[in-house]
Amino acid sequence: MRLADQLRTTTFLLTLRYMVLFFLSVTILFVFISWSATDYIEQEIDATIQAEVAGLNEQFTQLGPQGLARIIAMRISANPDGNAVYLIADASLNPLLGNISKWPELTSDTNGWVSFEHNEANGDSITVRARIFAPEPDLRLIVGRKVRVLAQLTRLLDRALFWGLGITLALALTGGLMMSNNVLRRVNQFNLTSRRIMDGDLSQRIITAGTGDEFDELAKNLNAMMDQIESLMKNIQHISDNVAHDLRTPLTRLRNRLEDLRQDADSGETDDIDCCIEDAEGLLATFASLLSIARIESGTYEADLNHVNLSQCVRDAYELYKALADEKSIHLSCDAPGEINVRGDRNLLFQAITNLLDNAIKYTPAGGTVSISLQQKPAHIEVSVADSGPGIPADQRDQVLQRFFRLDKSRSEPGAGLGLSLVQAIAQRHGARLELDDNAPGLLIRLIFDDQTDR
Amino acid sequence: MRILLIEDDSSVADFIVRGFKEAGNTIDHADNGKDGLFMATTESYDVLIVDRMLPGVDGLSITRTLRASDDHTPVLILSALGQVDDRVKGLQAGGDDYLVKPFAFSELEARIDALCRRSQGKTETETTLEIADLHMDLLSREVRRGNQVIALQPRDFQLLEYLLRHKNQVVTRTMLLENVWDYHFDPQTNVIDVHISRLRAKIDKDFDMPLIHTVRGAGYKIDATG
Repeated sequence: MRLADQLRTTTFLLTLRYMVLFFLSVTILFVFISWSATDYIEQEIDATIQAEVAGLNEQFTQLGPQGLARIIAMRISANPDGNAVYLIADASLNPLLGNISKWPELTSDTNGWVSFEHNEANGDSITVRARIFAPEPDLRLIVGRKVRVLAQLTRLLDRALFWGLGITLALALTGGLMMSNNVLRRVNQFNLTSRRIMDGDLSQRIITAGTGDEFDELAKNLNAMMDQIESLMKNIQHISDNVAHDLRTPLTRLRNRLEDLRQDADSGETDDIDCCIEDAEGLLATFASLLSIARIESGTYEADLNHVNLSQCVRDAYELYKALADEKSIHLSCDAPGEINVRGDRNLLFQAITNLLDNAIKYTPAGGTVSISLQQKPAHIEVSVADSGPGIPADQRDQVLQRFFRLDKSRSEPGAGLGLSLVQAIAQRHGARLELDDNAPGLLIRLIFDDQTDR
Repeated sequence: MRILLIEDDSSVADFIVRGFKEAGNTIDHADNGKDGLFMATTESYDVLIVDRMLPGVDGLSITRTLRASDDHTPVLILSALGQVDDRVKGLQAGGDDYLVKPFAFSELEARIDALCRRSQGKTETETTLEIADLHMDLLSREVRRGNQVIALQPRDFQLLEYLLRHKNQVVTRTMLLENVWDYHFDPQTNVIDVHISRLRAKIDKDFDMPLIHTVRGAGYKIDATG
């Protein structure tokens, strides 16, 4: 099975849909985690700074500016690589003491917090969150913390999000493909079997995997349904065989009595009796056509399948109908070269071709043309019959294939409206299709046998 | 001709029996398969007419049983199942011909005559066929009526040959389609009639005595009765 088929399956699309949903929810979760973690860390930092500011303020009240400077110098030297940032400056912001070299460019928020970018010794830029306080009018003090942890955490979360979602995507795609592959294989089995059944082999059944899953359940039910249909079909066949026997036998009697009557009748009555015999025969012929269409359609007709030289069939049909066409002054031409073979039942195919010719000649007025041709196209074999008659309106082309359907203008012609139905039934039995087209003017009927290499 | 008819429908059977008796033949009748098979194996007949659906032993089984015991009496199978597949089954079982109900008696008679002649091998060695002043030479493929040579196309020649081989017998349209065109189904149209009228135009038109006659409700017959 092709990848494109697989990508179209419901399973795959469902997987894809769930994946998008999962993607969204994971992203939301990550954003939330990242947001709350950042918030928590910020609060921690803020609390630390607040505590330190409070502490330093107390030291200043007790020990004065010298004491404050001493304590800050001590804290800086105790942890030179730490995250703490201190700077003491005078009223005109000239730095006096601290572990940053100059008064920074500050961005402040509404709550009295400031932040600034600090350049590390190794060149990295890092954000510092800080508070400024003035223990006395000509003294400014910055107490801050580098928010290194926060940056690290954000980077970590971003990476986790990227890889996590990437792997999820890959797993979802593979899983989706595998699942759809699995489902498709089962569904294909169903399709294959039902196609064989539609082709007329009613004995086909879907193989169950024996796992008792929902597909097996479905297969079991379908198989049970097919069992029932098959037995019904057999019943119908049985009934129609019996009907054929039981109805045709009394009709035989009727016909035989009429023949007897005719022998003993006066010469004046024989014509009437002949008409009755002809009517009875017409009735029986219609009945016979109907039965044979039904039997061919139901697939119970055991066609004698062989390689049939379709070219020969077409030429024979042409030869058979040439005389009739001549009599009606219709120009009949034939183009059926060489030996083109199809697999089928020779008598049925010939009957289909003669029915098409018969129709074409019947509905073409004197002086018209009818042509039959057989062509080997790249992908199919095509028998086409074209006439210069009145044609069939596009909206009625499907209907003429139905039993007993007759165009209003053809009701005066003899026939029961079964000719094309029989051709259609024969075509279907051979896996061929019947196409009706406008021959402008007239009708063009094509009997198309698709490539039969796999038959 | 001695004929055995195995048929359960008494009306059809009466019709057949009366028809053959009137034509001067001897005909026995069995109304079920078992009796029929017994009569077929114990007596000698020229031809059997067997209905396909019978109480007891069916028509195909009778035919198969006879063939298995090396009895080659020609068998014509009668049936209401007018499908080619039934025809094939009938012929596979060893039947020599197959006729679908309903049929005109003349068609049955024509087919029975043809079967008997075939089994007697009469037609094998003939090189000329003739009726009245019409002569057909099968070797030179020349047709003459009186002194006049008649040119016929191959299919017309075959058609005339078949009619001549069954002269004085009725041949049906189905028989013609089967034997001249070699396709087996019942033609529902007048297409065969057109070929006959074309043949007629060639061999009868300029002569006083018509040879090809239409038998209404049955088919055609070539004879010299005028």
